[in-house]
Amino acid sequence: MKIDWAALGSVFGVSLVVTVALVALFTLGITGLSRRERATAEGRSAALAVTGAYACFAACAAAVGYGIYLIMA
Amino acid sequence: MESFSLILAIVVVTALAFDFTNGFHDTANAMATTISTGAMRPKAAVAMSAVLNLVGAFLSVEVANTISKGLVDEAGIRPEVIFAALVGAILWNLLTWLVGLPSSSSHALMGGLIGATVASAGFGAVHGDVLVTKVLIPAIAAPLVAGLAAMFATRLTYRMGRNAEAKASEKGYRAGQIASAGLVSLAHGTNDAQKTMGIITLALVAGGAVAPDSDPPMWVILSAGIAIALGTYLGGWRIIRTMGKGLTDLQPQQGFAAQTSAATVILASSHLGFSLSTTHSVSGAVMGAGLGRKGGVVRWSTATRMFVAWGLTLPAAALVAAIAEWVCGFGSWGTAVVAVFLVASSAAIWKISRREVVDHTNVNDHDTPAEEPAGVVTQAIAAVTPPPAGPSEDLSATIPAPPANDPQAPSAASTV
Repeated sequence: MKIDWAALGSVFGVSLVVTVALVALFTLGITGLSRRERATAEGRSAALAVTGAYACFAACAAAVGYGIYLIMA
Repeated sequence: MESFSLILAIVVVTALAFDFTNGFHDTANAMATTISTGAMRPKAAVAMSAVLNLVGAFLSVEVANTISKGLVDEAGIRPEVIFAALVGAILWNLLTWLVGLPSSSSHALMGGLIGATVASAGFGAVHGDVLVTKVLIPAIAAPLVAGLAAMFATRLTYRMGRNAEAKASEKGYRAGQIASAGLVSLAHGTNDAQKTMGIITLALVAGGAVAPDSDPPMWVILSAGIAIALGTYLGGWRIIRTMGKGLTDLQPQQGFAAQTSAATVILASSHLGFSLSTTHSVSGAVMGAGLGRKGGVVRWSTATRMFVAWGLTLPAAALVAAIAEWVCGFGSWGTAVVAVFLVASSAAIWKISRREVVDHTNVNDHDTPAEEPAGVVTQAIAAVTPPPAGPSEDLSATIPAPPANDPQAPSAASTV
């Protein structure tokens, strides 16, 4: 019996890293956006936070796109 | 298509029926977290999942080809064997749906194939080591991988997001959940609809209606895609309820973490060559998300029943398929008996399910036997609304399930 431990291990590692990274990015984006809301409430600008937030969301969207590419491949 | 025998027609219809059960059995995988956290209204969620399943069915024929080309050809497989396998798989799918337990449709199909093969060719025809590497290890690994990833992701998102505004985060997590649920639906369409295409093509090849090594014909792709989309749209509400509410109570953050973890695991596993079951991954991810939140609980009684169902899936489907194959062996009338039995027991299961209807109106109520009033209300609703009216849908979608009926309460009622 041959169990492909290497494949299993890489599934494990990749899943863990990608999931945590994606969720972290997304949460960063959300905190960035909510900083904007706080800033507008106080009459300040939060351009940096907002740009960062959109960069995070763009990265997540890219990940989704890559997922679709994998499904189609 | 000239030489289209009766048995072949029966196999094709049965395969599409399996595809249909597969659809409504697995809606929960994509949409349970989305529905239970309120990110999408139940009907909208299943509609989106159905469309993506249909789209997914057309994206590639890779999986269908692995099934129809080479995987089982040494068995010298006959249409009757495939028919018996499908009978086992369908009945197990319906039974687990009735008790509201998520279980792998692929395992049911594999079990059915194994049982039918054993009955027709003996135990020698089954490779025990393949069983361990393809079924046993993935069944243990999938929930662990997805669960751990979801747990860490949940912890992280709660810690990082604690300063975020409630409104921004609610909108954000909703979008995130919908995106990852969409990915799972699409992946499901490409994988599971194609399993059916593969089976039908295999039967067509075995019956001599299609040349060996050909791609699935267009009508096969179309009908398999439509069958799985219809099943998905019908919504396996019982299973959705168990997965979204029964295992743990999900908040948007957890739902997002769980669904992202599940989508990642499914895609990573199918592309790194260690295929893991969608159902097992999603269930594991939901439990992991439950454990990841401070104060979150996993209802281990429900989880245990689910694990038992996973363990039983393969042998149970195999047993039914073996009996079906044995009866089919008596000739045409045997096949007819099996077909009648399949229809009759499916009807019976559906009939039993009507005793307590679970649909989009009450999918998020997780009532327990300890709570008599809730049970009475649910039953009253069930009695009053067999085709539920439009407005009630909005109501149940916006009113969250009462928090009173959670943590340690035994969850037997969720299953009925």
